Amino acid sequence: MPKPFNKLSAIAAPIMRSNIDTDVIIRIERLVGNSIRGTLGKWAFGALRYLPNGSENPEFILNREPYRQAEILVTGPNFGCGSSREGAVWSLQEMGIRAVIGSSFGDIFFANCFQNGILPIIVDKAIVDSLAAEIELTQGAGRVGIDLEQQTIISPTGKQVRFEIDPRRREGLLQGLDEVALTLQRDDEIRAFQASDRAARPWIHFARKSA
Amino acid sequence: MASSGRTMLAKIWNQHVIARLSDDTDLLHIDRHLLHDLGGSRGLLDLKGRGLSVHNPELTFATPDHAISTAPGRAGTSKIGQELLAALRVETSASGIQMFDIDEPGQGIVHVIGPELGLSLPGCVIVCGDSHTCTHGGLGALAFGIGSSELTHVLATQALIQRRPNTMRVKFEGKLPLGVTAKDLILALIGHVGAAGGTGYAVEYAGSAIREMPVEGRLTICNLSIELGAKVGMVAPDEKTFEYLRGRPYAPEGEMWDQAVKAWRELPSDADARFDHEVSIDVTKIVPQVTWGISPEHVIGVDGRIPDPKEIDDPARRAAFETALDYMGLQAGAAIAGTPVDWVFIGSCTNSRLSDLRAAAEVARGRKVAPSVRAWIVPGSETVKRDAMAEGLDTVFIDAGFEWREPGCSMCLAANGETVAPGQRSVSTSNRNFVGRQGPRARTHLASPATAAAAAIAGAIADVRTMER
Repeated sequence: MPKPFNKLSAIAAPIMRSNIDTDVIIRIERLVGNSIRGTLGKWAFGALRYLPNGSENPEFILNREPYRQAEILVTGPNFGCGSSREGAVWSLQEMGIRAVIGSSFGDIFFANCFQNGILPIIVDKAIVDSLAAEIELTQGAGRVGIDLEQQTIISPTGKQVRFEIDPRRREGLLQGLDEVALTLQRDDEIRAFQASDRAARPWIHFARKSA
Repeated sequence: MASSGRTMLAKIWNQHVIARLSDDTDLLHIDRHLLHDLGGSRGLLDLKGRGLSVHNPELTFATPDHAISTAPGRAGTSKIGQELLAALRVETSASGIQMFDIDEPGQGIVHVIGPELGLSLPGCVIVCGDSHTCTHGGLGALAFGIGSSELTHVLATQALIQRRPNTMRVKFEGKLPLGVTAKDLILALIGHVGAAGGTGYAVEYAGSAIREMPVEGRLTICNLSIELGAKVGMVAPDEKTFEYLRGRPYAPEGEMWDQAVKAWRELPSDADARFDHEVSIDVTKIVPQVTWGISPEHVIGVDGRIPDPKEIDDPARRAAFETALDYMGLQAGAAIAGTPVDWVFIGSCTNSRLSDLRAAAEVARGRKVAPSVRAWIVPGSETVKRDAMAEGLDTVFIDAGFEWREPGCSMCLAANGETVAPGQRSVSTSNRNFVGRQGPRARTHLASPATAAAAAIAGAIADVRTMER
């Protein structure tokens, strides 16, 4: 069940390269196995974060203070594109990220964020760029505020920007709702649908190998 | 405003709405849920941990593909890969879910076996914990990848909460030039609209080139939808689709077949249906494609030159190109053909079907893989493997110096430890040239099976159209 999300004021790190895919966020080899939760934080952004010899890459923003403490990522276009691996979101979560702000996200990554109580915010590219510029001007010291109830971002210099979000998803995050439990409350409707669909499209429901 | 017809997406979507949850979000029924070894047992264990059981095991099917070795005899499946396989067996059996196990007909890459078995059907809503689930849209299904949480949700409820996507139609018009394949069309489209060009859309592929294209090519086209940002890609079902499905093990038969085909004929978008965005591509202008960078949008014709970042005005885009060239170890402005390669991988849910292996074998027949190249053929499924062997394709490949492997995902994503070594260059028929995708610091060039086979023979990226026969 996701942790509720309401307000946040935190260090934010701009990672502005476009098309950062979920393979770059977490390599597949870290996700092979059923007991991986809790082991992923240190492998997030592995290809960018570590040098080939395994030491930290001092150039990478999340290896620098104060960005090591970042709870918000400000991202380039199409962040989280590619693979559906939810491990990408888990790895961000395990390194302390609670929100991502960008102009566009991979569709599946975007959905996976909500499932884990991480708030992905879509705003115009100009707003993302100016937010990143403000953060860099303060060398990361200026905090970024997010108020989900009010649907606002507050930049390091105090500029307030409104963002849009699907009301259902906003409610889900504010309350930390469990979608499985909610859908199971509609099980009568699911079963009624299936009963009538079995008559309308029997080939869907009786797929059994012909001998 | 004049009323307009309905898109195929709207028709399939509306038929699956269990409940309207808001203006644009519905609870959808899931007709087919496909599980694989990487996430399948995890989902089933998660469900058990919540004290829940599988809502409709008869609509759920499983096969191992991601973490198993593709070496002959499955030698070299890692300990953890073996554990995942064992867990998939135990958990599917306990839940009454059919699993297609290794060495059995039916096993294979989940997106190859769904269509091949007739599990994936027109008008179906299909999900799987894998982004390339869009592949099944090639049969006129609404199919998309989901994450682990949504996977558990589907196991528990056989339903999913989804926001209705916008619609885009891409028309591929004209006759395919010689040497140009489905893979080249979709790579050219991604180059044209960009890796985020389809974000938020369900894409329908249409036009004369799609109508002429066999079903396997349509599956390849739909497979790369996610590489243009679209979770959903689809092609209207037609006589080719019905012929492809007729007689498949899980396809309906007899009266039920007739009833199904009648319903499937109603699925195509109405002539006056409106799409939120339209793109038209003249396929007669397309040449065989090959990627040069680290996103599928970094793509050029195989006879082209590697782009020069200095000629790009937008600073972010210029920086991205410089990063890509640096990672790939390529010279701006140089011809891409002639770039020496170390590896050739022919396989993956994109290009591992029988027609793909035939196209590669056509190039390989009577030739030899260059001594500096290691080249693998990884059939998409046990059935593809057996059909190819019945035609003697394995012999063609082995005689040419390719390695003939067992079915699985293999080097497409390297989850089973089959990797391209750091710094080495691969021409691959897979779908992602991302940083590290085929192994840490591996350099991947995406191409069609024919172009990949040509690279194996030449020892370098090569234009299959100019190879003498």
